[in-house]
This record gives sequence, structure tokens and C-alpha cells, in this order.
Amino acid sequence: MKQQPGNEVLLRFLSRSANEGFARTAAACFAAQLDPTLEEINDIKTAVSEAVTNCIVHAYPQCLGPVQMRLRLFEDRTVEIVVKDAGVGIEDVERARTPLFTTGSEERSGMGFTIMESFMDQVKVRSRPGKGTTVVMRRKLSSRVTAPV
Amino acid sequence: MSIRCTGEGRTLQAALSGEVDHHRARALMEELDQLIDSTAPRSLTLDLSEVTFMDSSGIAVVLRAWRRVGELGGELRLTRVPAQAGKVLRAAGLERFLTLEE
Repeated sequence: MKQQPGNEVLLRFLSRSANEGFARTAAACFAAQLDPTLEEINDIKTAVSEAVTNCIVHAYPQCLGPVQMRLRLFEDRTVEIVVKDAGVGIEDVERARTPLFTTGSEERSGMGFTIMESFMDQVKVRSRPGKGTTVVMRRKLSSRVTAPV
Repeated sequence: MSIRCTGEGRTLQAALSGEVDHHRARALMEELDQLIDSTAPRSLTLDLSEVTFMDSSGIAVVLRAWRRVGELGGELRLTRVPAQAGKVLRAAGLERFLTLEE
């Protein structure tokens, strides 16, 4: 049977670069309920920053559009983050995940997916050109003495 | 200026602070470009101790500064690198050609 989340939050915001900081801080605040280590919190913030920045830079290159972020916490201390846009989509997901590959401007290093993959346990990317992209990231937190959800 | 610069002649230290993400990257790049082009440093040390967050946009900022300083014959170093920023920079393999001092 599929595991049910112990807690869940859904956020929707515009693809403004000022929201990069908001999204990662919101994710960190929500995940804090699982009493993660500082390193785990920083890893989550970094991965969220990459996923949301990709929406802002790539999904809506010429306009603003909606970005949806769903955060779920599970009893086994897994944090699941789903970042979804309805933007231009990615033609070749495998190529986009290649280190140093970027179609973005000079402030992007082409390391966004590499960072997400290094900092999270699992990163899944679904995309359809013209329809949008969904990134699902999961990270199981280390066990603590007390783990309230 | 969000970059605080100290030093004499062509040996400079520049302290970056706050969050280094895509939202701020372009402004930081422009400030660093201006600093490097106007001083042509032989040695530029970026002090990251007050950087509270960095994502892969920070990799682009550091790489651009490294390239620009190198083109002018100088050397770029990173010092007092916080753990979170260090993890991002190492994930990109920057420690292979740049000194990352903690």
C-alpha cells in the first residue's frame, strides 16, 4: 500500500526570481517539523533553489507563469518535494541533466540538476514540450531520538 | 556595493555576503567584473564567510571571476568558505582547480 504523508503543504507562486528565496525558506521551515540536521536542511534548501530557479529561467523565459511546490513529510522521515510548472517543457531531459549543459544565461552554470541529484536521494523529471515540467525529489532524513510529524 | 573590498596594489580581498542565488547573481557578477577590470589583481581572495546561502548560480559567479582574473594573469582564491557553499562548489568539482579554504 502506498504510504500516506503525515503532513502536506501546497504553494503556488509566480516565477519571479525574488521567489527563489521564498521557496527554499518555506521548504526548510516545513521540513523542520522532522527535526533535520543543519546539513539536511541546507541540502533541501539548495535542491529547492535549483528546481525553482529552473522554472524561472527555463520554463517561462519570456513571461511570468505559475510555479507549484508541494511538500510532503512521511512517517519514515522522507521529505518529498514536487516542483511543477506549466512552461515550455524540456525537449531532451537526459541532456538537460548532463553536468555543465545549459541553455540559460550566463548566471547559470549548467549544474542545477547535478546539485539536485547530489543533495537528494532521488530526483525524477517528467516533461512534455509545450506542457511543462515536474521535478520530484525525495530525501530520507537521518533518524533522531524524537521524530514528531 | 554588496562586495566589500580591501587590500593594496594588486593584492585584493573581496568579501561577499548574503545569499548568492540566481536572483542576485547578475549584480554580483557585474560588481566583480568591475572590480577585476579596474584593478587587474595579481591575487584576488574572495572571502565567503558572510555568505549565508549559495546555489549553482554561485558556481557561475566564482567561475566567471576565476576566468577573468586568470585572463589578466592573476590568481583567484576562495577563503573562509562556509560548509553549505563549500558543498555546492565541491559538487561542481571546483576544488580541482581552485583552492577552497575553510
